This record gives sequence, structure tokens and C-alpha cells, in this order.
Amino acid sequence: MTIDQLSVFVENKPGHLLEITETLGGAGIDLRALSIGDTAEFGVLRLIVSEADRALAVLREAGFAVSLTQVLAVSLADTPGSLSKILRVIAGAGINVEYLYAFVTRKSGSAYVVFRVEDNAAATAILDKNGIVPVGPEDLL
Amino acid sequence: MNYFTPDIECASYEKMRALQSERLTQTVRRVYESVPYYREMMDKKGVTPADVRTVDDLPKLPFLTKDDLREAYPYKLLAVPRSEVVRIQSTSGTTGKRVVAFYTQNDIDKWDECCARAIVAASGTKDDVVHVCYGYGLFTGGPGLNGGSHMLGSMTLPMSSGNTERQIQFMCDLGSTILCCTPSYAAYLAESVIAKGLRDKIRLKAGIFGAEAWSEEMRRDIEAKLGIRAYDIYGLTEIAGPGVSFECAAQTGMHINEDYFIPEIIDPDTGETLPEETRGELVFTTISKEAFPVLRYRTRDICTLSRKPCACGRTLIKMGKLMGRTDDMLIIRGVNVFPSQIETVLLQEGYSPNYLIVVDRVSHTDTFEVQVELTPEMFSDTVRQVAQREKNLVGAMRSMLGISPKVSLVAPRTIARSEGKAVRVIDKRKI
Repeated sequence: MTIDQLSVFVENKPGHLLEITETLGGAGIDLRALSIGDTAEFGVLRLIVSEADRALAVLREAGFAVSLTQVLAVSLADTPGSLSKILRVIAGAGINVEYLYAFVTRKSGSAYVVFRVEDNAAATAILDKNGIVPVGPEDLL
Repeated sequence: MNYFTPDIECASYEKMRALQSERLTQTVRRVYESVPYYREMMDKKGVTPADVRTVDDLPKLPFLTKDDLREAYPYKLLAVPRSEVVRIQSTSGTTGKRVVAFYTQNDIDKWDECCARAIVAASGTKDDVVHVCYGYGLFTGGPGLNGGSHMLGSMTLPMSSGNTERQIQFMCDLGSTILCCTPSYAAYLAESVIAKGLRDKIRLKAGIFGAEAWSEEMRRDIEAKLGIRAYDIYGLTEIAGPGVSFECAAQTGMHINEDYFIPEIIDPDTGETLPEETRGELVFTTISKEAFPVLRYRTRDICTLSRKPCACGRTLIKMGKLMGRTDDMLIIRGVNVFPSQIETVLLQEGYSPNYLIVVDRVSHTDTFEVQVELTPEMFSDTVRQVAQREKNLVGAMRSMLGISPKVSLVAPRTIARSEGKAVRVIDKRKI
């Protein structure tokens, strides 16, 4: 099970991020989670939103460089060491994590961690084997 | 006052004109007979070698442009059998095709002589230690000054560019007296020498700085910091290389080696020849080159010519400081850059041809940035991938231009589109 993530190219200049959030807000799209990877020159804004396909169309229409990526999300127990447990499984299988970020949903109050790996199927298989089940988009509402 | 070739450098106007006319008629006859490209151009204009008897007949000849050089690449303007050629030098063309110039041994000897005259005019003698940190290779800077220094009999340090630590060490240990490089590198070296506290350990007395534009303020700054006199030098690969003209102790313009290169100033729009002291486009005709003679080559450089008597005693005509270009060529860190070259790379690599070049000068060194729009399809989700794209573009531009810009990818359609002529270059340098 994977979820849709939008990635948007952000120039490192005042107001560029605001243009993106205003475009989404104007279209009535809800943000579930976000993170930014950045360098001195630019950033990549990663978003999990209420309607990924429509958000993609809206941002494209507005002229942003945006892409849709399949990522894995895993529910996380609120206990010390729970993230390490997952990372250990992934590292043990020799899978490289490109980036990850965590967030808490409003409704259930659960914590989730989002992973970007090269091969989702391989990562899902190894997580499954260790009793960890990636969640689907409906779990993140 | 010292001259390398006093009978030429101080020749009377009449003697120089006679020499030029004789060499011009020979050159025209020779290229007409040996280079079909020229013969076709002259036939088209209805001019035969018999029509060119003196320098005054020069305006009858057709112009040669950079487009012709591209058209004739690589061998079509070669005027001797290939077996006579001993060297090539090269410079970048406007869209990637390079300009290749050919030299016979005689051509090299005369070019060396031009540079030897420049070194002598900058107070050089055979007892000097000439430190050459122009680039060597296809670029004419290093080979030209190197050859001139050899011909003069000076001890020559073929340092080439870069590695400032080593430059300064050699300068101190071997007692370099004449420094040859771009003015911006001279300024950088001056600051480095002072920062290292080695100002007392250097023996420099003069510098010969060319290949890029520099101001009178920059000259005074370098002179004060290094305790030298700084001289300008001009040249271009199409004509020979550095040493086409050179400054003397008067520092009021560059004497053209007019026994080898006849200059003209023309109106860039009409092609009409303009009188001396008038600003216009500089045109050269080579009159002693064997392998790669050029007739009325339009340099696109704007300046004036002057025959006013010079305090140094030379009678060679002088060209003033360059006042700009009639095309969009930029000179960045001594390297010729055409916006069209950037465009060629972007299209090759699948980018939009909407780009912006930003040039500035920070502590005497040119900065060079190219802003390029990402296309929506190019972007995925990782920082690494965007950084890799920038790196690939820098590599592609370096192989096209010979220098590396800083490439900044920007969001799609964010570089201003203009209604009329697109603004492709922002040059913030104050020269």
C-alpha cells in the first residue's frame, strides 16, 4: 500500500512558498502533511493532501514544477525506540531511505512516518515480513 | 627609449604606407589564387587583385565576418598546403562551432615578434624574468607571450593559469620581473601577495594585462598594490593572438603592429570607412600571414584610431580602449561568451531557451551565473536530482564555453518574457 505525495520545486526567494499554499487553499485542498528538503539555492516541498490528483492538476495549471510520487507511510507507536525498530528492518534489508518525515493526524491522534525509498514493493515486503503494515490514504484522514 | 624593431616601430608614415601597400597587394593576389572562398567573395563584389594597388583600395574588398569563419570551418580559409601548417589555436564560435586559426612557422615567428615588441614596450629586456600566467593550449594568451619572451631572450616562466600559491612562490623564488595575465587575475594575485605579507619579496616591475576589459582605476589599483607599471595588450585569435596591438610607456592607447595588420574603423551599420579619431567598428586585414590570412575581418570591437604623435617615439597607429561590441559577445574572465552558445546547450539538453545570464565583478573577479527554467516534466521529488541536473548543465556549458558558470534552476515560466527583444544578459560590471 502506498500513498500519493506531491513534490513541488520551490525557489529560495520570498513569497514562492506562499504562492503554492495559496494556490492549494484557493482550490479548497487540505494539507495533511508537509516537509521541505532544501539547499542554499532551492527547496523541494513535499505534500500529502486531501485530493492528490486534483491538487496536481491545480498546481500544474498554475505553472509550478510539480510531480506525483508514491511513498510509504507507517503508523508509529508513541513509545521510545519505535522509529528505530522500523529503520532497523529497512536498513537490515539494505534499502536506502531517500528522505522521511513524520506527522500526527488530527482525527485518530496517531503518529505516522512517511518514507521515500527506491523500490516500494521490496520495502513493503520486508516490512510485512516483520509485522509492519504500511497504511493507505484513507487511514490518513 | 627601447624598441624591438625600431626601423618599423618608428618608421615614417610614407615608408609604412609603402610597405603596407606592397604587402597588401601580394596578400590579395595570393588569397585570390589559393583560396576559392575568397575568390568567390571577391568575384561576387566584382573586385579583382588588379584593383588593389595601395592601402587606399582596401574599401573595395568585401568584409569577412565571424559567420564566414564558421562557414569556412575548418579548412576553407587555409591558404597554404596543410603540410606547411605547424600549429593551430582556437577560440569559441557563436553557436558552438569553434574558430580554428592556422599558423606556419613564419606566422608563429611574426606573432612572437609582435609579442616581443609588446614586452620591450613594457620595459622588458633579455635580462628580465617573464612570468606568463595566461592559459596555454588552444587559447592564444599563453603561447603568444611565451613566444615573445623567447624571441626577446628573456627567461620565460610558462606558468599557465591557476594555482595561485605556486605562482607566488615562483614569483618570489625566481624573481619574476614582468607579469603577463588577465587584469582580473593580476588584481587577485596582488591581493594574495599582500595578504601573505610577501610584497617585499617580489621583484615585479611591469605587467602586461589583456584579454578582458579593465578600467583606468583598476590599472592604478594593480600598479599601486604590486609596485609596477601595468600595460594593456590586445589581440584576437582570428588575426593572430595577443600582440596585434600593445601599450607603451605613455599608456594612452595601444600601438597596432601595422606592418602586419592594417586597421580600419567602419560604421557598423553601413560598412563605410570612417576617418581617424572617429568611433566605430575595428576591422583588420593581415598582410603577412601565410596560413590564415584574413581580409577586412570585422572584429565587432568598437574603438577609435589615432595617428597623433606618441611620447614613446613610435609612429605605429594607436587604437583607444575598447568601448564595447557591435554584437552580444561577453568577455567573462577573459573568455569570449556568446548568449547563443548558452541557448544551444539548453536546447541540446532539453531545456527552455528562456534563460538569463547575470555577470558581475566581485573583488576584481567576474562572476557568471546562468538562470535556467525547469520544465514541469523534468522535476521529480528529490533535492539530489535537481542538484544533479544543475551539475550536468554546468558540465555541458563548460565544454561549450571553456569556463564554468554557476547554473541556477528556477521555476517554470518565471524568467520574464519580454514583448520585443528578449533581455538575456544582465551585466552589472562597472568597467
